[in-house]
Amino acid sequence: MSLFVEGLRSVHAGPFSFEVPTGQCLAITGASGSGKTLLLRMLADLDPHEGAVSFEGVERASLPAAEWRRRAGLVPARSGWWADNVSDHFPAGADATYRRLAAELFLPERLFERPIEEASTGERQRLALIRALVAEPRLLLLDEPTASLDPASTRAVETVISRRMAGGATVIWVTHDAAQAARVGDHALKMQIGGVLTA
Amino acid sequence: MTSPLSLHAGDIALASLLLVVDAALSIALRLRFHRALIVASVRMAVQLVAVGYLLRYVFAEHSPWLTAVLVLAMSLVAVREVAVRPVRRLRGGNVVVALPHVLGVVLITACFALLTAIRPQPWYDPRYAIPLVGILLGSILNAASIALAGVLDNVRHQRDAIEAQLMLGATFRTAGAPLLRRSIRAAMVPVINQMAAAGVITLPGTMTGQLLAGADPVDAVKYQILLLILLTGASCLAAVGTAYGAMARLHDDRMRLRLDRLG
Repeated sequence: MSLFVEGLRSVHAGPFSFEVPTGQCLAITGASGSGKTLLLRMLADLDPHEGAVSFEGVERASLPAAEWRRRAGLVPARSGWWADNVSDHFPAGADATYRRLAAELFLPERLFERPIEEASTGERQRLALIRALVAEPRLLLLDEPTASLDPASTRAVETVISRRMAGGATVIWVTHDAAQAARVGDHALKMQIGGVLTA
Repeated sequence: MTSPLSLHAGDIALASLLLVVDAALSIALRLRFHRALIVASVRMAVQLVAVGYLLRYVFAEHSPWLTAVLVLAMSLVAVREVAVRPVRRLRGGNVVVALPHVLGVVLITACFALLTAIRPQPWYDPRYAIPLVGILLGSILNAASIALAGVLDNVRHQRDAIEAQLMLGATFRTAGAPLLRRSIRAAMVPVINQMAAAGVITLPGTMTGQLLAGADPVDAVKYQILLLILLTGASCLAAVGTAYGAMARLHDDRMRLRLDRLG
């Protein structure tokens, strides 16, 4: 009942093959431009590629793309916003959930009523994480989720994610910070230049 | 009803004195548009005279085949204009998106108008069919090219916004909707403006032509209203069809945004 990744490759990176047991975290480190983001995008099925993925006993290919992405939530390093106000990006019924998460990540309550342009890079990064967490994905794909955060907020993100793992979520955490990889990862892999994963 | 005043070549030559004044101004003030002005005005005169003789011939022939060939040729020129307007090109060509929607919409709206509202005998009488197709194509060209450019030229900037929704498990239909809606709305602006301004700010071209040719104002107005309704209907169909067609080329069966298909 793990995440199995087999022969995942595109013209730019791979092939990647690895396995992550359910409820655990695989930390991936490596230089920028080495293909970590491309790997996460392939896992979320956002770019054309070859290879197979199965998760919790279900073949990814047997699911509609949208259903797979609801199970495998990707939080990208550069978040996208499609509406005017911050709160427009959150599902209407999940008010209590996202406001509680926001408080845990030191985001001010009034931020949700503001235009998205007024949110700083660090605020947007946390908002994007919350947006993904509200959808309760079983697999979390995190691309440098604390890159623009101060140490206190970084710790808060790590705590929130570890609670999700205790609830059974599986995590792939991309970070350039070796100390963070050691803190959060049950397993660690390193992406070499040219897109090869090594232990 | 007054008889139309007929124009002679000498009258037109006199009017073209205005162009000579323009060219003189361009030279005197170093505006440097006199070459373009001369080329454009010669083109205009030659093209229109050629079209005049061509239409005189086609109108006299009453041949449905000749009419069909001319309609097809006009439509293909419009398709080409729509396809070249966006800065971005789809792999395989923008024509693939433009052709079915321009051709389909002009044929549907022209046949609809000829068979229901205008009803000439026979219904494909070139005297009605060809001017109608021409004016429809003008509006369709505008709407379709704005819609196509709206999608193709903006999708790159909207990549993060579209993919953010996909990552949360939205369908491509939902994720692409904001860009699609904005492109279609932009394409509808010119024709809605045209209707809103008609008669108050401008006298539409068709109506002006009819009035100068001696038609009764109320008759001219009836025709103009019919035409504006047809133009709006055709613009909307062309904008919606072209925008959806472009979006369809930009995703695949796994609902991925395929910017690699955009040159």
